[in-house]
Amino acid sequence: MNNTPAEEWTQEITAQRGLLSLPLKEIWRYRDLLLLFVKRDFVAFYKQTVLGPLWFIIQPVLTTLMFTLVFGNIAGLSTDGLPDILFYLAGVTVWGYFSECLTKTSTTFSDNAHLFGKIYFPRMISPLAVIASNLMKFGIQFCIFLAVVLFYWMKGAIQPNSSVLLLPYLILLMAAISLGIGLIFSSMTAKYRDLRFLLSFGVQLLMYATPVIYPMSAIPAKYAAYIQLNPITPIIEMFRYSFLGVGDASSAGILYASIFAALVLSLGMIIFNRVEVNFMDSV
Amino acid sequence: MTRSVISIENVSKMYRLGEVSSGTLRDDINRAWAKLRGKPDPFSTVGVSNQLESTSGDCVWALKDINLEIKEGEILGIIGGNGAGKSTLLKLLSRVTSPSAGRIRTYGRIVSLLEVGTGFHPELTGRENIYLNGAILGMARREITACLEQIVEFSGCAKYIDTPVKRYSSGMQVRLGFAVAAHLQCDILIVDEVLAVGDMAFQKKCMGWMQEVSATQQKTILFVSHNLDVIRQVCSTGIIIDNGELAYTGDIDSTIKRYLGNNGFDQVTSLEKSKGGGDGQVKITNLQIMNGNGALQAAMTPGGNYVFKLSYKVKNLDLLPISDIKAEVIFTDSLGNTVLLISTETVENNLTINHSQGVITAHLADLALAPGNYSISVYLGQSSLRTFDCLNKVLPIFVSGGDFFGNQHPGFAGQCKTLTRSQWSINDDQLI
Repeated sequence: MNNTPAEEWTQEITAQRGLLSLPLKEIWRYRDLLLLFVKRDFVAFYKQTVLGPLWFIIQPVLTTLMFTLVFGNIAGLSTDGLPDILFYLAGVTVWGYFSECLTKTSTTFSDNAHLFGKIYFPRMISPLAVIASNLMKFGIQFCIFLAVVLFYWMKGAIQPNSSVLLLPYLILLMAAISLGIGLIFSSMTAKYRDLRFLLSFGVQLLMYATPVIYPMSAIPAKYAAYIQLNPITPIIEMFRYSFLGVGDASSAGILYASIFAALVLSLGMIIFNRVEVNFMDSV
Repeated sequence: MTRSVISIENVSKMYRLGEVSSGTLRDDINRAWAKLRGKPDPFSTVGVSNQLESTSGDCVWALKDINLEIKEGEILGIIGGNGAGKSTLLKLLSRVTSPSAGRIRTYGRIVSLLEVGTGFHPELTGRENIYLNGAILGMARREITACLEQIVEFSGCAKYIDTPVKRYSSGMQVRLGFAVAAHLQCDILIVDEVLAVGDMAFQKKCMGWMQEVSATQQKTILFVSHNLDVIRQVCSTGIIIDNGELAYTGDIDSTIKRYLGNNGFDQVTSLEKSKGGGDGQVKITNLQIMNGNGALQAAMTPGGNYVFKLSYKVKNLDLLPISDIKAEVIFTDSLGNTVLLISTETVENNLTINHSQGVITAHLADLALAPGNYSISVYLGQSSLRTFDCLNKVLPIFVSGGDFFGNQHPGFAGQCKTLTRSQWSINDDQLI
């Protein structure tokens, strides 16, 4: 075989891939695909439905009404003195984004098995598209939330403050945490299917370990430390504090969530990157 | 000098057999433990034999030590039996999965068509799916916009382009998918049997397109198909993959000859083992084809004279003698249509089997088959009463060369299946 070393090659495929060789350049080259995936998810969601994109709104609104009825009126849980509807809507909107991102990214490989088995594109595109299309959904739901906030603000029931400017950062943190955990789970679910059940059910349980239906201030001191370990806790509390004026927000909490996000995202990317090359053999 | 655009060095691919999900955690722990102690992976040493049939190990080498260089502009046909490893090789090249060992280096943009219309979403319109499919195949949005009109025209679906794809017939979906693929900008194209799905007109269009592309744009094409006719028309060089190993590399004609030669002639055992139709009271044990001089033949030429020797063995001796023997040799094309048959029905003398074994001989004069690939089936029975043995497509044969028309005409390869001579004249003295 005549191997002229002078010849350059555009691509080399080997058995092992470097631990940190993330194909970022390639992901950028495929950015159009990411946009099209988002569009596909969005359009396919409401095709052949009567209410169309309204479904994005109906879901959180009904959940909020149910929470108000059950937890606010029947169980009588504290809402930090805020209007019930506003309190639960804030929790539901934020938590909805996080849990949707997490459950959808964690099934990346099994959902896309037919695609991944036939063609190569950077696999990371799929979970990124999930994050992006959920962001659009969040955007619509956030508008509803904002309308309710405005209504109560006019009435003088709440005082939003300048920390609302932190919103993009809060969203980024949630996206990073859910993507990180989702990548870890998706890398392992094809081999150990059990994890899928663990996750879908774990996400439900995790909601109760997050101040969605109760405020941090209502937690007895001996449990508070555990709830604080949850990286979503400071994010939700900061969100409520900035828009509703009441909440257990602290910069230490946000710092903790940021470090957690950075770690879990790096770990997720590394594992995903290791696994993606041979994933189709085990799905 | 043209450079190599694909270089495959010592590439192997191992697959684990059995249910992947059962006991993998235990295996993984074993593996991790072995790695920790610096021992080799206990599961990769089990399946060192590369025979696909061997079930002793948990692992199998789908490909073993493949070395191959592919030059720019080459159209390579990849041939091999089912499970030989052809598709695994394409999957490695298109990065769907990665090799267990070795390395592959490529130069230029690769597009792989392991399937037509990958990623079509049934709810989206044809136009939206063109963008989606193109992007999945690695095109940027502006590149697709630039050739959108050509794609729509090529697909012949212009009228339905704003209708959801789920309303399309399956043929239209395939056409649309192929139209996108045909307009991709790439240097290396990998095609795996996509031609098998469409109708005849579509297949012809695809083949024409591949030939045109290779001739005008210097694209390198790797093509897998079981249809040897198509391979021979399209490809310039070929390789045979057998049991995960590279068995042969050469120009396309010699590759096909070699492949067919390996697959049949005078293999008595394969005939005896093969399950045929019929009651089995008399078995066909061997089939030999010889030319007029009595030499065994691995290929045939149009216009040639051949002798077919069918060996038989009678199982139930009580039946002897058996009169009214009916024997047939049937030629089918690669699509399974019978194109020619020779039969004892057409001769006047009544054939009788008197002894427990022997040979039935048929002489065929002036073979009227066009160049191409065919399969031979043999039939043995008693008039129309019963079938003793019937072996379907036991022998692939390759018809080529010759001078059927006596004027060096190549013989309509790919245009028709049978040949006959004709006289032509023009009489333009008077109007009819």
